[in-house]
Amino acid sequence: MTAPFSPGSWLAPLVGWLNTNFHPFFESVSVTVDAVVEGVRAALLLPPAPIFVALVAGAAGFFLGWRLALLAVAALGFCGLVDLWEESMETLALVTVSVAVAVAIAVPFGILAARRRRFEAALRPVLDVMQTVPPWVYLIPAVIFFGLGQVPAIVATIVYGIPPMLRLTTLGFKQVPEDLVELGRAIGAPPRAILLKIEFPSALPTLLVGLNQCILLSLAMVVLAGLVGAGGLGAEVTRGLTRMELGLGLRAGLAIVAVAILLDRLSRAVLRRGRAASVG
Amino acid sequence: MITVGARKAEPGPNGSRHEPAGGAMLGSPSNSDDVLVDCRSLWKIFGSRASAAMKAVQERGLGKTEVLKEFGCVVGVANATFSVRRGEIFCIMGLSGSGKSTLLRMLNRLVEPTSGEVFVKGRALSSLDAAALRELRARHVAMVFQSVALLPHRTVLENAAFGLEVRGVAKAERHRAAEEALRKVGLGDWLQRYPRELSGGMQQRVGLARALAVDPEIILMDEPFSALDPLIRRQLQDEFRQLTKDLGKSAVFITHDLDEAIRIGDRIAIMKDGAIIQIGTPEEIVLAPADDYVAKFVAGISRLHLVKAHSVMVPVERFRAERPDVDPRRLVTTTPDADIDRLIDLILADPAPGIAVVEAGRLVGVVTVRSLLLGLKGSPTPELAPV
Repeated sequence: MTAPFSPGSWLAPLVGWLNTNFHPFFESVSVTVDAVVEGVRAALLLPPAPIFVALVAGAAGFFLGWRLALLAVAALGFCGLVDLWEESMETLALVTVSVAVAVAIAVPFGILAARRRRFEAALRPVLDVMQTVPPWVYLIPAVIFFGLGQVPAIVATIVYGIPPMLRLTTLGFKQVPEDLVELGRAIGAPPRAILLKIEFPSALPTLLVGLNQCILLSLAMVVLAGLVGAGGLGAEVTRGLTRMELGLGLRAGLAIVAVAILLDRLSRAVLRRGRAASVG
Repeated sequence: MITVGARKAEPGPNGSRHEPAGGAMLGSPSNSDDVLVDCRSLWKIFGSRASAAMKAVQERGLGKTEVLKEFGCVVGVANATFSVRRGEIFCIMGLSGSGKSTLLRMLNRLVEPTSGEVFVKGRALSSLDAAALRELRARHVAMVFQSVALLPHRTVLENAAFGLEVRGVAKAERHRAAEEALRKVGLGDWLQRYPRELSGGMQQRVGLARALAVDPEIILMDEPFSALDPLIRRQLQDEFRQLTKDLGKSAVFITHDLDEAIRIGDRIAIMKDGAIIQIGTPEEIVLAPADDYVAKFVAGISRLHLVKAHSVMVPVERFRAERPDVDPRRLVTTTPDADIDRLIDLILADPAPGIAVVEAGRLVGVVTVRSLLLGLKGSPTPELAPV
């Protein structure tokens, strides 16, 4: 059965052609991403679980307050108690890498969009599509290019994580008070100094909101990507689903909730500190 | 005969008033060494067809409304020509929309003129590339904003040092300079506070300190005190004038308040609809407003400290003709610079029919009760006009 209009009928050959002719490129991306994620995963798993929990709790307690230290102990402790420590760390590694890449792409584009109205207008429909197409659909070309495993998961997650970060970057930079930018020009500040010393600090609270959104959406996507063979908690959920094991599905699901709450609260706490700093 | 424009400097309560030489207000100034800022026929037309509109203005002499109708462009500044001398405080007074802020921003090229040229220290601003322009703004022309524009996440000290920081001055040195500037504006004890902890007046002092810290020759003041309450405003006006004179800086000061312009300025330019309609000393503006518009502003200004004896005295011959019974040489004497306030005191203290105005041992005129009252009222009378 063929649909009267099927964009896939001409996109699919394109994807196929790209895959055939640029295979070495995709291959090298795949290898690089794999290596980075493995590195982060290994680093997270390097200390024994109790020490890692203590380190995170200590840092959270020192920088963000004892409530967050307590939360860190509870959330990470839960992951260990349900015997999903390694999987949790793997998920954290996937989220970390995805968010880092998404931010690295979204922030410069977001700044550019704040400066050039036309660029922003051109970008808007693209962002809309990125945010509203069901995430599974990204996974199809990602798997075609990168094969099964964690790389397509990360690529799909990055695509999913870029829009919120980019939009909030644009918003943050548009909200920089004009008089401060004029001050920068009037004192003869070079463009780089205006960007780093005036615009970035002013936009910081909004950027941190974007980061928070980016982290949570990425976490959701990384879990989904368990479907295509990305490891971590998502894989456990998928396994629970395919084997109809409620116990496993529930343990993995609750561990995801624990990680999500921890990441959300930590990034919010950082955001609050950012706000406090920006009002002096 | 003494004319209004050419007098010697007079040490007033606000520091010595630096009076310009008469007649050299428009066009080429008499001594180019002393001119820091020189604006020649500056125009700013806003809109997408600004250059076509500019051409039409120059070729056909279109007015503001015609430019708007024909080109859809707004004339922000129209043919502004003036110069600012070393050590002078030059006020630009106009209501909102008169183009004064635009004019000010053309002096450091934050706004690009549509036509005309600005010379700062003899260099044409249009000839500067981006780096040279930044250099000029960073070292020679500082600016203070109505909105103060302090960075909220930095301390008072860091804010005051910001101009030096972006220029790459080392931390210890810039903090030393900033601290010195903050002491000058009376904020030496507030270095580690944040802007939000300061009152509006204090915040504006930080803005001024930030400008002074880079040790510029010219300070552009964009309605810096407009948002402050009246008492603080007056205090800051006096301090600003004193400080500027003490440090030997020049300033271009924008205001919508003629009182403020008179209090601060050595000379005042009055703007309306983008054009400068009069330039002169406060006394010249008040005594001889160029048109009804200026006259309306001047109407409410107190003359007590502004108008001086030389402006309200009658010539000696006329006094002799009117009062042959009195010998002007025997009257109480005063100087040509004595203000009306002082003259009233003298007249109240002495029952004589007049006060002799003596300059360098020579009798130059006589102030009578009648001439004093006329001068105080500000009526342009033939009796006083050709003084």
